[in-house]
Amino acid sequence: MKRKQLFTTALLFALIFLGSCAPSYHQILATKESQVKLRAIQTRAFDATDKDKMLRTVIATLQDLGFIVDKADHVLGAVSGTKLNQYTLRMTVSVRPRGDTQLLVRANAQYNITAVENPEPYQQFFDALSKAVFLSAHPVD
Amino acid sequence: MVNPVKNNTFFRVFIGVGVFWLLFAGCAQTIPEQALQLSKESLEHRQLQTRRFHTDEKTLLSASASVLQDLGFNINESETELGVIVGSKQRDATSPSQVVGAVVVVLLTGVMPPIDKEQLIRASLVTRPIHIHETDPSKCRTAVRITFQRIVSNSQGQITRREGICEAKIYQAFFDKLAQSLFLEAHEI
Repeated sequence: MKRKQLFTTALLFALIFLGSCAPSYHQILATKESQVKLRAIQTRAFDATDKDKMLRTVIATLQDLGFIVDKADHVLGAVSGTKLNQYTLRMTVSVRPRGDTQLLVRANAQYNITAVENPEPYQQFFDALSKAVFLSAHPVD
Repeated sequence: MVNPVKNNTFFRVFIGVGVFWLLFAGCAQTIPEQALQLSKESLEHRQLQTRRFHTDEKTLLSASASVLQDLGFNINESETELGVIVGSKQRDATSPSQVVGAVVVVLLTGVMPPIDKEQLIRASLVTRPIHIHETDPSKCRTAVRITFQRIVSNSQGQITRREGICEAKIYQAFFDKLAQSLFLEAHEI
């Protein structure tokens, strides 16, 4: 009787546990936040037009933050870097023009095997970048 | 004697706690607060990892690529428009002290503990023009910053270390070789 109870309890917990998991391929397109909100926390506009200079500053900022640059593409305007400090933090930053007077900088990061979707780390990154370009970062709506 | 009813309750609670721990353990990974913050050491590290040379960017990049090759790195990625070269190499990571430690453990327990076996070393080199002179490369000035990382795995294939390299000696030695490479290339040796 007791063994049966125990078995039922274990089975119940196992069902709750398995029921809470979608198939693992749902991760391919999964995000916790909405597209609009993610863009808002990951993007800033700078009053600058020199894409080349901005890309080089992004690279320098990543290096200052302890990243090593993995990839850079001038045409795409994208830079990727990895920081190893007993954890793996991967980051991709892209730069593209917004109108004739501004550049949009977007960053997205991955901490070990999870996406970074809270605003603070991005704010810290853009603070460091602003210091390096001597320009303030404007939020984008 | 333990009361069988009490024991059963205890067991259920134990399983319940265990299951919830499993459920939430996966959510516990959050990015450390300082991960994207400029640290006090960042300026020091920049100085350690940067040198300036009296040459133009293209010359410095090709001399740097040669040095990376001299050191046995494979070039994985390069973007000369932005002055980026990325290389890596895989090497042995066994350290004598760890092997001695493992032997002692084997003698005492009969079980071989895992020891560091391999490491992936990555180098990322970025150049930045400071002063550009259109006609005379020797009047140009270019800065170069290199950063090294390594991922060490043990004899069971698990990663034991993931770290950036901050040893001053390593960077000093690299830049000595780079200076030599620039000299050699200037003289076309």
